[in-house]
Amino acid sequence: MAFEGLSSKLQTVFKKLTGRGKLNEKDVKEAMREVKLALLEADVSFAVVKKFIAAVTERAVGAEVLESLTPGQQVIKIVSEELTSLMGGANAKLEFGSQTPAVVLLCGLQGAGKTTMAGKLAAYLAKHFGKSPLLVACDTYRPAAIAQLQVVGEKAHIPVFARGEQNPVETANEAIAYAKAHLHDVVIIDTAGRLHIDEAMMAEIAALKAALKPAEILLAVDAMTGQDAVLAAKAFDEAMGLTGVIITKLDGDTRGGAALSVREVTGKPIKFCGTGEKLTDIEPFYPDRMASRILGMGDMLTLIEKAQATFDEKQAAELTAKLRSNDFTLEDFMEQLQQVQSMGSMQDILAMMPGVQANKLGDAELDEKRAARTIAILRSMTVAERRKPELLNAGRRRRIAAGSGTSVQEVNRLLNQFESTRKMIKQFSGGKLNKKGRGFKPFGF
Amino acid sequence: MAGFFEKLKGGLSQTGGGLLAGLFAGDARIDGDFYDELEEALILADVGMPTSTKILGQLKETVRAQNIHTSGEAKQAMVELLTGIMRPEESFLPQAGQAVLLIVGVNGVGKTTSIGKLAHYYKQQGQKPLLAAADTFRAAAAEQLRIWAGRADVPIVSQGEGADPAAVVFDAIASYKAKGLNLLLVDTAGRLHNKKNLMAELSKMRRIVERELPEVRCETLLVLDAVTGQNALAQAKAFGEAAGLTGIILTKLDGTAKGGVALAVREELGVPVRFVGVGEGIDDLQPFDPEAFARALLG
Repeated sequence: MAFEGLSSKLQTVFKKLTGRGKLNEKDVKEAMREVKLALLEADVSFAVVKKFIAAVTERAVGAEVLESLTPGQQVIKIVSEELTSLMGGANAKLEFGSQTPAVVLLCGLQGAGKTTMAGKLAAYLAKHFGKSPLLVACDTYRPAAIAQLQVVGEKAHIPVFARGEQNPVETANEAIAYAKAHLHDVVIIDTAGRLHIDEAMMAEIAALKAALKPAEILLAVDAMTGQDAVLAAKAFDEAMGLTGVIITKLDGDTRGGAALSVREVTGKPIKFCGTGEKLTDIEPFYPDRMASRILGMGDMLTLIEKAQATFDEKQAAELTAKLRSNDFTLEDFMEQLQQVQSMGSMQDILAMMPGVQANKLGDAELDEKRAARTIAILRSMTVAERRKPELLNAGRRRRIAAGSGTSVQEVNRLLNQFESTRKMIKQFSGGKLNKKGRGFKPFGF
Repeated sequence: MAGFFEKLKGGLSQTGGGLLAGLFAGDARIDGDFYDELEEALILADVGMPTSTKILGQLKETVRAQNIHTSGEAKQAMVELLTGIMRPEESFLPQAGQAVLLIVGVNGVGKTTSIGKLAHYYKQQGQKPLLAAADTFRAAAAEQLRIWAGRADVPIVSQGEGADPAAVVFDAIASYKAKGLNLLLVDTAGRLHNKKNLMAELSKMRRIVERELPEVRCETLLVLDAVTGQNALAQAKAFGEAAGLTGIILTKLDGTAKGGVALAVREELGVPVRFVGVGEGIDDLQPFDPEAFARALLG
C-alpha cells in the first residue's frame, strides 16, 4: 500500500514523542529531522519538505503543544492537518463543464499510465456518473498505442474513436462530432507521452487544448516519480493550465511523495488515483483520508465505501437481522465470504484498517488462498448441511473433504471456528462488545 | 557516439547547466555552504539521503587528503568519485557467445522500447537476436514489440494476449535453438515489485531459461525510468530476489530527470548500469559509460 513506509517511519518517530510526558523544543527539532528524512525518502520534493517542516515546527513549538499533557499526540495532529492541507484539503470532483460533450484531456510523461487511466476513468464515469463516455486515441507516436486503447476500451465496454496516425487535433475534432452524433456526453482524450522539455510536442498538446477547450485537463503522474515530478508538473501546468492531477500506480510500495509535491507546486488538486491493474482499480483521491493513511490511522472511510459498493442494502439488513436473531448459518457465512472477496484482495482491505501496517501483511496472500479453500469446503456441502451444520457427521465430513480437495481436519477446523464465531456474534449483538473483542478475527482472516 | 553524449549532456543540462555545474563553476573556496548546496543538488537528482551523505563523506576525505582548496579542483575529484562508484567490475556481454537477456521492470518504464533498441544495437554489432514477446498481459504489447522487431529487422516469437509468458519463453528458446541464433531478448510484462504472484512468474521464466539453456549466460536487466525516485531501490531489491538482477537499463535520460537513484542502487545493491536510453529514436540506446555519465551529471 502506498505511503506505508512513510506511515511506519512517522509512527516510530512519534512513538518516541508519545512516550514522554512533556516535550521541549529540542525534542520537536529531533522529531522533525526524522520527519524530514522520511519525507525525502518518500520522494517528496526538497522544497516542499523544507516548507512543510517549517510549518509544522512553527506550530509544534507553540505553547499549546509544549504545555499539553499529550504533546506527542498534539504533534501528530499537527502533522496530520498539515499533510492534509498539503494534499489539498477536500476531495476535488471532476468537472464536466457546460459544453456537451465534456472533454477530458489526459497528458503526461511517457509511461505514466495515461492509456490505462483513460480506460479506468471512462469505466468509472459510466458506472458512477451514468455517463456515456467515448475514448479517443490521439497517441500517434508510440507503436501500438492505439491498439492498446482499443483493447482497453473493449475490456471496459467503452467505444474507442481512432483515426490512425492522422493529426491529433483533426482526430479529436472528428471525435467530438462523432460523440455529438452518437450521444456520448464525455470524451476522454488519450494523448502521447511527452517530455515537458520537448517544445514541439508541448506545442502539439497546447494546440489540442486550444481546439477542444476541455472541461478537464488532467496530468497523469506516476506515484514512483522522484524529485523530477515537480519540474514536469510545473512545465505541463504552465503549458496547458492543468485542472487536476491523477496519481497512477499507487498500489506499489511506493511512498508516493510525488503526490504531495505535485499538488503543492502546481496548486492543482489530485482528483483520482489508480490503485491496481484491473480497470476497476481507480478511486477518487481524498486528501484527509490519505493523510490518515500516511499516519497509520487507517482509511476506514474508503473501506466503508468499498463495502457499500459491494453489499446491497437489503442484503445487509437481512444479515444484521440474522445476526441479531442468532440465525447465522454457514450459508450466510459463505455468501458473506464471497462478498468480502469481491471487495478486493484481503491485503488491500486490511491495509485500510486502523493500526494495521501494510508491511506486516506478508501472510495476507496466504490467507486469500485459505479463504478460497474455505469457500471450496462450503460449496462442497449441501444446502441442507449449510443451514444445519449439526447434520455433519463423520461420513459427511469425509465426503466434503474429498469434494473440496481438503482434509477432514480442515473441515473440522472450519466448523469449530464457525461455532466460536456464532458465539462471538451472540456477544456482539447482545451489546457486550468489550476489549477482548478487538483482537478477535473471524476465521483467522 | 559524440552525438550521443551531446544528447545526454543536453538532456541533463536542461535545468540550467547540468546537475552540479553551478556549484563547481568557479574557484570559490570550499566551505560548509558548498557541502550543503552539494547535498541539496544530490537530493534533487534523486540520489537519496543515505548515498548522498556517503558520497559527501568520501569527497570531504579526498578534499582533505589531496589538499584541495577550490571548487574547480573538487569537481575533478567528484567526477573520479562518481565514475569509480558507477564503473562495473566486468564488462557486459562478450562479443561472441550466446546470451539471454531477460528484461524486467515495473509498468511504463520503457521495457518494450528498450528491447527494440537493444535488438537494433546488437544487430548492428553483427549478432543474431531473437525477440520473445512474453508480455502477454498489457493490451497490444506484442504488437508494439512486433513493430520494433520490424524496425530492427529481427525475428520475433509471440503468442496471443493472455498466453502463459513462460510458454512464450519456452517457444522462443526452441526457435532460438532451431535457428542457431545467439541472443535472446525476452520482453516481460510490467509488474509492480510487491505483487508476489507476478514476481514468482518471473522466477519461473528465469528457471526455464536456465533449464533449457544451461550453458548460456542469462542476464536479468531491470529497466529503470530516470524519473523514478527512491522507490527504485525497492524495485531493484525485489526484482533481484525474484530473477537474479545483473544490471540496469536507465531510460528517459533525455528529460530533466537525472537518474541519480542509479547511484544509490549501485552503492547499496552493487547492481551496475549497463545501458542508457536518451531518446525515442532507434539509435538512442547506448552502452553505459560511467565517466561520460559522471561528467554529464556535473556539466
